[in-house]
Amino acid sequence: MNNIWAVCKKEIKSYFTSPIAYVTITVFLVLVGFFFQSLIWWFNMQSLQMARNPQALQQLNINQMVYAPLFHNISIILLLMIPLLTMRLFSEEKRSKTDELLYTSPLSVNQIILGKYFASLFVLLVMLALNGLLSLFTFLFGNPELAPVLTGYLGLFLMGAAFMAVGIFFSSLTDNQIVSAVLTFGALLLFWVLNWASFSTSGIWKDVLNYISFFQHFDGLTRGILDTTDIVYYLSFIFLGLFFTHSVIQSRKWR
Amino acid sequence: MIEVEHLTKKYGDLVAVDDLSFTVEKGKIWGLLGPNAAGKTTTMRVLTCYLPATYGKATVSGFDVFEQPNEIKKIIGYLPEVLPLYTDMTVQAYLQFVAEIKQVPRERRRRAVGHALDVCGLGDVQGRLIKNISKGYRQRVGIAQALLHDPQVIILDEPTVGLDPAQIREIRQLISSLRGEHTIILSTHILAEVTQTCDGAVIINDGKLMASGSLEELTSSFRGGNDGVHVRLRDGEDRISELLREIPGVEDVRRRRNEYAVEWRYGTSPIDDILKCIVDKDLGLQEMRPMSMSIEDLYLKIISGGVEQ
Repeated sequence: MNNIWAVCKKEIKSYFTSPIAYVTITVFLVLVGFFFQSLIWWFNMQSLQMARNPQALQQLNINQMVYAPLFHNISIILLLMIPLLTMRLFSEEKRSKTDELLYTSPLSVNQIILGKYFASLFVLLVMLALNGLLSLFTFLFGNPELAPVLTGYLGLFLMGAAFMAVGIFFSSLTDNQIVSAVLTFGALLLFWVLNWASFSTSGIWKDVLNYISFFQHFDGLTRGILDTTDIVYYLSFIFLGLFFTHSVIQSRKWR
Repeated sequence: MIEVEHLTKKYGDLVAVDDLSFTVEKGKIWGLLGPNAAGKTTTMRVLTCYLPATYGKATVSGFDVFEQPNEIKKIIGYLPEVLPLYTDMTVQAYLQFVAEIKQVPRERRRRAVGHALDVCGLGDVQGRLIKNISKGYRQRVGIAQALLHDPQVIILDEPTVGLDPAQIREIRQLISSLRGEHTIILSTHILAEVTQTCDGAVIINDGKLMASGSLEELTSSFRGGNDGVHVRLRDGEDRISELLREIPGVEDVRRRRNEYAVEWRYGTSPIDDILKCIVDKDLGLQEMRPMSMSIEDLYLKIISGGVEQ
């Protein structure tokens, strides 16, 4: 446990002593802020238009009209940014040959992977926590339901964590950060849109494609539906990503 | 302390190390000598459990590199050929991190880092980012990293490469000062490094063992057990060669103009008699230097393929 913490601490420091974390988090917050502001503005327009019709006003729901689309927007931003956060985790160690220090220290491969993974999760957590501040306004000046907001953020965290597991895997494959980022991005996008293919298939394949796709499991969480299937899906995705990373690093020994 | 038996490492079809065997005793400094691409780095990587061997066996302090890598990693300090430095950390933070992953107990970490900073002369730069310090300091950070957890065995891959002569001398003194408490293997392709700091050497070429042993053993095995001096005198005459050859203990005298190579059996030293003879007969001594570079001769011969084991 101490070893994991040592590696994790070093990675967190390296995120925050270089501009990487600050730039990523800032850009992320600016984009999220923009989407949030647009959605709120649109929601206000709707409210004003329906002010004369009390029945229609009852239909307006800030959770569905602001939060659900916002979560989808954020998930796309994460899809674009997480490859950039994970690309250096192993690639840089390989390129600068610092991996020789790690692999000749009394650390297990699992401890190295988990240390790095937790550090990247920490950055994700900071990103999500900071944009949680936006909800301050909605809760102060509106009356959204808390539960769907929380499940939405849980969904974002789980999905971001799954993205990072994919990212760390591709980072372990190459010593080139760009290659690692591009592969991660490509793989994530593919998993994202996989359910599109399900429209043209039927039977078991339709179910399989739907199940594998990120999108299908995220939608429920943005609407406040906490389904264990979705959580298990993300957790198994994380597990597989880390497991493959472990295999790649172990295989280094047999080449 | 370190035993290597029939070690072979292949990268695909390329044989990097071929049936290498040697042992290093506890507390000694041993040089791993060979030209570039001889298999030095690969051998060290196997010993530090970075890479597994294809065949053969290696043990460090009784632990097998394949069976008990974690035990070995705890007692070994390693300076790889390419320094494993995180350049965006300060020297102090980097050593702190190394202390943590080398599992130095929490209460001893501060002292271990302080000691390593002192020993390697890094006090002045401890607060600076590694990317901003000079090559010489970086090399010292690399060495500090290898010594930090007070390991029984220290493996240094080309510790003086890229340093200026003054720094090289400092590093060599530092390494010599570790003799006794630590068992050290250092690789180099510079011969002077071995003759100045090491107790013995393993000479390899193309992954094969060419010679190994203490410096004395290596010297004597090559020159038929002889030692000697080069003497330059005022005149170059065969008469003088005869005169020198008559001195008891002297085995052989060869002359090139006014330079005489005087050899005797290893262990005896008729050097006083030779000097006395030169002075008594008024031969006009101009220069006298020992033939201590014989390992270099051996090395060059091995590298050019002249000597088989």
